[in-house]
Amino acid sequence: MNKSKPIYLDYASTTPVDERVAKKMLEYMTFDNNFGNAASRSHSFGWQADEAVELARSHVANLVNCDPREIVWTSGATEADNLAIKGIANFYKNKGKHIVTSKIEHKAVLDPCRQLERHGFDVTYLEPNDGGVITPEAVKNVIRDDTILVSIMHINNELGTINDIASIGELTRENGIFFHVDAAQSTGKVNIDLSVTKVDLMSFSAHKTYGPKGVGALYVRRKPRVRIEAQIHGGGHERGMRSGTLATHQIVGMGEAFRLASEEMKEDTKKVSKFHNHFLEEVKKIDEIYINGDLKNKVPNILNVSFNFIEGESLIMGLKDIAVSSGSACTSASLEPSYVLRALGRKDELAHSSIRFSFGRFTTKEDIENTLLLLSNVVERLRELSPLWEMHLDGIDLDTVEWQAH
Amino acid sequence: MAYSKKVVDKFENTLKNPDKFNVGRFDPQDGDVGTGMVGAPACGDVMKLQIKCKQEGNKHIIEDVKFKTYGCGSAIASSAELVEMLIGKTLDEAKQIKNKDLAEVLELPPIKIHCSVLAEDSIKQAIEDYESKQ
Repeated sequence: MNKSKPIYLDYASTTPVDERVAKKMLEYMTFDNNFGNAASRSHSFGWQADEAVELARSHVANLVNCDPREIVWTSGATEADNLAIKGIANFYKNKGKHIVTSKIEHKAVLDPCRQLERHGFDVTYLEPNDGGVITPEAVKNVIRDDTILVSIMHINNELGTINDIASIGELTRENGIFFHVDAAQSTGKVNIDLSVTKVDLMSFSAHKTYGPKGVGALYVRRKPRVRIEAQIHGGGHERGMRSGTLATHQIVGMGEAFRLASEEMKEDTKKVSKFHNHFLEEVKKIDEIYINGDLKNKVPNILNVSFNFIEGESLIMGLKDIAVSSGSACTSASLEPSYVLRALGRKDELAHSSIRFSFGRFTTKEDIENTLLLLSNVVERLRELSPLWEMHLDGIDLDTVEWQAH
Repeated sequence: MAYSKKVVDKFENTLKNPDKFNVGRFDPQDGDVGTGMVGAPACGDVMKLQIKCKQEGNKHIIEDVKFKTYGCGSAIASSAELVEMLIGKTLDEAKQIKNKDLAEVLELPPIKIHCSVLAEDSIKQAIEDYESKQ
């Protein structure tokens, strides 16, 4: 292999900033351009910054069909999740102390929930079905009189599976429960219409949609009105919900990225679907692979595959010129395999063997072909090295073996 | 993954050239073969190590070694490194090999020390199996 750039198939972790977005951002930093503070009401520098921020706000609102006044800028989806969950819990704690979420949420939802548990809240963590989906029925079965919030992600970041937020929203609205949705993986991938979908709070991230890192937003519904307790204080920006001088260049970047997303979503999806289908077809030719997540109910930009009898980290090391993620414990600091795959009921060894491929706007046909070529080769070589593969070929059922766990 | 160049090279060379790096198997039933298998698929690593010995006087010498490993890059590198250390050694000498010898040679990061522990356990078990046949 030469020293050229590795192939990037990890778009679900982060996307590169689109050149058009980067260009716009540069217009909001230096003295010769617009560097003002959007909160400065007394001069044109401030007015121009404010104008840019409001235009960006309208681009974000436009992508999800809501009122721009319902968008609150944050430092990213993690902060948006924290603001939504802690903000609702703290504001409405006298109404009830029960929160419903799921076991396949991002840590940005799970960790705030754990934190609230330490402060006397009761949290129910729903199990996904075999296909990696949280069903409306599952939510229906656990809501109670004292439930104040349901927080369920739209698209799962490891599997790409889609939850039916429209149906869950009907259910929560009927029962007077607030509904928060982490939509970090959704923007530019699937259509969201907040004028009809009964979601009360929705978290967004710029850097999953070809915008910059360090900026995101929280949608907070105005009708019926949703109130949250601010988590950051200091000046009362963003209608008191999130203080701090607005990062104009970041916000402009997110706005431009979301504007491009609404224009190019169809085209992006069409291209990525083609790559996904071809990749899937080819990967299925490899023996003993398992697709994680319901293929009939997922986005095409994410494909999660377990290669049985191979450990994921070694596969990633073997695929050294390809950037992908693994659910293997060895790639994480915690030494635990993916909690999402375990929640799906996958055996630990299949969780250890999983690789997430995610495609995006700048993926090429050559990237896909080269990856497939290398993949089948490395899988074959690693299996030649695997005592488990040898036992499998000898007809030994690995579940009957008495292992010496250490 | 903060792996040393040694781990990466060992892993890549083993993958490219399995025969040269003693990947394979002996018949575990043979009288001059000892087999050790440690770890569990659920934990993410399993090592199988086989030694083939010959007797010279009252000494048993490791003539050849084969291994197969399921696990992360450092588990595979640790097994391959261990195999090279073993060939030509007497069983008594082989028993002296400790996990920290491997960890030092490969400069394993602290979180990967268990890979070298696994390797040490696999050789202990293979020697036990061999000795039980004598």
